[in-house]
Amino acid sequence: MSFVTANWNPLGEAFYRKIELYDMCWDLKDALRDCLLAAAPYGGPIALLRNPHRRSPSSRPQLEIYSASGVAIASFPWKSGPVVHLGWTVTDELLCIQEDGSVLIYDMFGSFKRHFSMGQEVVQSQVLEAKVFHSPYGTGIAIVTGSSRFTLATNIDELKLRRLPEVPVLQGKPSCWVVLTQDRQTKVLLSNGPELYILDNTSCTAVSPPGLSPQAGSIVHMSVSFSYKYLALFTDTGHLWTGSSQLQDKLSEIDTKKSLPPKQMVWCRRPKSQQPSVVLMWDRLLMVAGCLLVGELDGVRIISSTSQELLQEVPLVCQDIFKIASMAPGALLLEAHREYEVRTLPEGDQGAKHGETTLIWHIAASFGKCFLTDFSPDQFVSTCRELRVLNAVRESSVGLPLTHAQFKQMTLQVLIDRLVYRQFYPLAIEICRYLKIPDYQGVSRVLKHWASCKVQQKDLSDEAIAQAVCVKVGDSPGVSYSHIAAKAYECGRTELAIKLLDFEPRPPPVCQAGDITPLTSCVSVYTVVTYLKNEMNRGDFFMTLRNQPVALCLYRQFCKLQEQETLKDLYNQDDDHQELANYYVAASYREKRLDSRLSLLQGAVDEYNKAKNEFAVKATEDEMRLLRFQRKLDDEKGAGLLGLSLQATMEALLALGLHKQAEQLYRDFRVPDKRYWWLKLKSLAEKEEWEELEKFSKSKKSPIGYLPFVEVCMKSNNKYEARKYVSKVTPEQKVRAHLAISDLEGAADAAIERKNESDVGAVLARCAGVCRDTSDM
Amino acid sequence: MAAHLSYGRVNLNILREAARKELREFLDKCAGSKAIVWDEYLTGPFGLIAQYSLLKEHEVEKMFTLKSGRLPSADVKNIIFFVRPRLELMDIIAENVFSEDKMHSARDFHILFVPRRSLLCEQRLKEQGVLGSFINIDEYILDLIPYDSDLLSMDHVSTAFSKGLMTLQALYGTIPQIYGKGECARHVANMMLRMKREFAGSQNQILPVFDTLLLLDRNVDMLTPLATQLTYEGLIDEIYGITNGYVKLPPEKFAQKKQGEASKDLPTEPKKLQLNSAEELYAEIRDKNFNAVGAALSKKAKIISAAFEERHNAKTVGEIKQFVSQLPHMQAARSSLANHTSIAELIKDITTSEAFFDNLTVEQEFMTGVDTDKVNTYIEDCISQKDPLIKILRLVCMQSVCNNGLKQKVLDYYKREILQTYGYEHMLTLNNLEKVGLLKPQTSSRNNYPTIRKTLKLWMEDANEQNPNDISYVYSGYAPLSIRLTQVLARPGWRSIEEVLKMLPGPHFEERQQLPAGLHKKRQQGENRTTLVFFLGGVSYAEIAALRFLSQMEDSGMEYIIATTKLINGTIWIKSLMDRPESQTP
Repeated sequence: MSFVTANWNPLGEAFYRKIELYDMCWDLKDALRDCLLAAAPYGGPIALLRNPHRRSPSSRPQLEIYSASGVAIASFPWKSGPVVHLGWTVTDELLCIQEDGSVLIYDMFGSFKRHFSMGQEVVQSQVLEAKVFHSPYGTGIAIVTGSSRFTLATNIDELKLRRLPEVPVLQGKPSCWVVLTQDRQTKVLLSNGPELYILDNTSCTAVSPPGLSPQAGSIVHMSVSFSYKYLALFTDTGHLWTGSSQLQDKLSEIDTKKSLPPKQMVWCRRPKSQQPSVVLMWDRLLMVAGCLLVGELDGVRIISSTSQELLQEVPLVCQDIFKIASMAPGALLLEAHREYEVRTLPEGDQGAKHGETTLIWHIAASFGKCFLTDFSPDQFVSTCRELRVLNAVRESSVGLPLTHAQFKQMTLQVLIDRLVYRQFYPLAIEICRYLKIPDYQGVSRVLKHWASCKVQQKDLSDEAIAQAVCVKVGDSPGVSYSHIAAKAYECGRTELAIKLLDFEPRPPPVCQAGDITPLTSCVSVYTVVTYLKNEMNRGDFFMTLRNQPVALCLYRQFCKLQEQETLKDLYNQDDDHQELANYYVAASYREKRLDSRLSLLQGAVDEYNKAKNEFAVKATEDEMRLLRFQRKLDDEKGAGLLGLSLQATMEALLALGLHKQAEQLYRDFRVPDKRYWWLKLKSLAEKEEWEELEKFSKSKKSPIGYLPFVEVCMKSNNKYEARKYVSKVTPEQKVRAHLAISDLEGAADAAIERKNESDVGAVLARCAGVCRDTSDM
Repeated sequence: MAAHLSYGRVNLNILREAARKELREFLDKCAGSKAIVWDEYLTGPFGLIAQYSLLKEHEVEKMFTLKSGRLPSADVKNIIFFVRPRLELMDIIAENVFSEDKMHSARDFHILFVPRRSLLCEQRLKEQGVLGSFINIDEYILDLIPYDSDLLSMDHVSTAFSKGLMTLQALYGTIPQIYGKGECARHVANMMLRMKREFAGSQNQILPVFDTLLLLDRNVDMLTPLATQLTYEGLIDEIYGITNGYVKLPPEKFAQKKQGEASKDLPTEPKKLQLNSAEELYAEIRDKNFNAVGAALSKKAKIISAAFEERHNAKTVGEIKQFVSQLPHMQAARSSLANHTSIAELIKDITTSEAFFDNLTVEQEFMTGVDTDKVNTYIEDCISQKDPLIKILRLVCMQSVCNNGLKQKVLDYYKREILQTYGYEHMLTLNNLEKVGLLKPQTSSRNNYPTIRKTLKLWMEDANEQNPNDISYVYSGYAPLSIRLTQVLARPGWRSIEEVLKMLPGPHFEERQQLPAGLHKKRQQGENRTTLVFFLGGVSYAEIAALRFLSQMEDSGMEYIIATTKLINGTIWIKSLMDRPESQTP
């Protein structure tokens, strides 16, 4: 246990400790000299461009990407222009900023993603220096050009270039500069000799750090802390000034007695730090030649060609525990546990690795826990689990050295994303299960990424991939096959896309004509289907669709709206004669010319025949007969019948006095007597042909009785004619007939004769009405 | 505002607030002054969620209706299209955007799709070459719209039932018990359970408000919507049509008659009235059988005039002050009374007509099983008289449903009559009706409708319209099948009607959803259980009235909240199944 504090070094009031993270796996011959280096924070990957200035095509510079532990991930010759600066985005993408102002983005596996330019004018003036910075808005880039102008992009994903105003006195590049993010504004702080300027969107303001002695000289190096809260300035006389980045307070000023500017200067502090401090690195002095300092949230990582270490301030609680003769509760607990172990167990192998140290504390804590009855173990358990996860990802093969504070800041979600991104699927799934993350946030998400990646593997057959996906994904909640299918389709593997759609367990959505708002999943089905339609020949396409109920259903909807013609082919393919016939009928109504209309209807008749729908065959034949009849009469008499219904046609004929033709239709189309009688009756009454009406009434026994005769006459206010038919009305309707012609007496007689209560009631009601009317008068 | 939504036991205002919040968020995405171009169809549903004032607060300065050609001029930064995902609308939008571009006005365009984004639509915009002009393309998921304190609708969403139900459960907690009857119901339940699995783990920690969910497919009970509704609200809907809580009425009866002034110029614009339970009187009479409305109105009239008479008794200053403070309320009540008296008069003119009576008689004959196997003379006469086709179809379908299909000869006769009288183009309409099963030839020799009617007591001879003791009052004798199923489910349970359930189309089922521990409801003594009844494919006002009646029955122990895809009546329903209904002359 005495090892724990062995690597602690006091500085001022705080202790600093240096923890060895890795023996680097890489084998770098030239150490880290003569190369551009960039390491992403939060234990991200390291990029390295050797000999960036060598330009002859025979020996191109080599771009190499390593994990934080030095495992090689990618390596390729740099074929583009000279690179000024390398940097990583928050999502682990590599930014290569070239002299001509173009920025190339690669993913961590070295595949090119996209590129953009920092402005046209840069091509001329060239980039002198560039910096990559992180802010709540994302990853940004700042450059200074040969014409001493600064250009900023605060978020490279939503590129908006801002050219900052000119700095009056500046020639060439400033002696040093940093990017600050303050009050949601991004500014540049730069020095030109002893002067210090702040450059924002609109202005350039001269500033001076409070309390910096005038004889300190010109500022040659500056550094801002991870949180943009603190600033460190280094002058050519070896003075180091530290203070707030707002330039309002000074923390300290010391004379380092070094006249050379340091190669790198990085803040080393942690949240709730007791005292912020700065790490400076000089070539060949403080450390081994050529190494890289990476500022982290709670410390500095020092990467050299052989090893990697983490330098950080020792948290106060740890100090309390391990201080000599400490009486802090933690220390007592640890001591008690040690005593206990000495007596009961042989002392185990206690390597001084950082993670295991923490474990020891936790064993002690769990020991102490037994004596606390009302302490909730939840926090203890979750912290233990998290530490185990951190140890797992710190493994050299994975290479994500994260401290607990960094992990908390980064969140578990992001950690899993990073593992997925690095294609450590099994580990990601293990972690999800271990930390009991709900499936849809954890395992399913990993599986989805895995499957989307799997379908892009070119060396495997469609069948093999589909099987593999199906076995792994199964029906895990939250994984949509159509999503994976869409991905396969994007990569040009349509056959595979269709196979995958087969697995989609969602039933086809309820389809309704005119509604093209399917479930979200269907959107991708549409994508696939539309693609297929364009790519395959129609026959094959339909055959493919036939086995895909979901797709077929959606495609039908699509056709109803977009391509009526295709719908026809689809029905044809399916031998759906009924629908095909309906299609012809609908089409016939869109057709203006009678001949084509008739031929479409003939098509419908044929199909109805095949569908064995006798009624429809008959009806459609009738319709064609009617159309022909109408055209003939229109031609002969200009009757204007085309398009009318049979009933309306007969009506029109009667109105025109073409009784014979109406009669013909009545017989040919087997119109029921009742309806025809009604029709003729009304027509005659309308034209007030009373004699004809009487003749008609006597032509044979009326199938509708004689009450309608009375009523139509009364409608024309012809009581005289109406009276003629009252006597012919059946006994049951007599009362109503009498009432219709307002013959109350007759109605009363009839009612009494029928001895029917409701009839009497009807008469009485009418009488009452009349009485009231008369009394009103 | 919208206070009527929070009256009920389940506060539906939460749902409305959630919908409003989403709308605000979208509007704020488009910074600066805005004009909204509306797909006219959407103005109704949106009116139920947000008044103009809310839009105004978010810098909406102008509103237009989506029309082809040029947009009306407006000095705004943003133009937002609120549209349904319909291809024909995309063409209009493209036209609008082009004409704006020609004017060289610097505008930001946005689209809000309701209720879903559609790839096809975006593709169409792309083809038209305007997709790039849009800065924001978003969707506004209008799953469920709260109409009233116990009524939700997803009016124009047909595929999103399950999503809507998920929204509901997210806001009101997981519903532990699910029952259902019918194909669609089974389907929706399956989707729900699957979605639920997908969200497994994101267990919502809300104490469940609903105890039971009942999913009913309209196919199970096709009879009820075909029958003429006889409640006050039902009749208003049958005769004038209620859309999004509003009704348009002929203006004559509403003319303001000032004393001594001859009202010469009658208003010609239809009178538009809002109908919901925020109006005290309406809440009281909406669900009554129309025959009981007259009495209720005159009773109310007496109370109001008595209240106005109170002023003579007010002697002291304090009493007068109190009287005056009640005046606004009394005046509102009086104008409400005047409105409803006018509406009742309008309706009465129709319900006392011979035509209405004859039609109702035939309906009731069918429902009681009289001569349903023969061609009906009344229908024949109606065809001869060229009555509106929808009326004919409603009756023929009803006869078919009440006879478990028509004899082939009878069916063909009706079809031929219809085709000859109204035109052969209705072949497709008839085909649609046959597809959904509203019209069908009798296949089995046995008509099982009488068994269903008797077992479920669908016909009650002695329906009491004034003081109802059974749900059959809503159709003056016919008890809606759907509501009987709901009633039996609550007590004594569906097991008692197993036979009948088998006769009705589609499967019936029961599912349970696990509740997270600690969310099991501890029921107070005498506390009612709450059931959410979800009608897939529409519900009529009379059915709603019947469910409200069940909620109010003292010994039922059950409270019902109603959700549906659409508010329907027979006319709307048949119309939706008609091919080329626009070419239809009523």
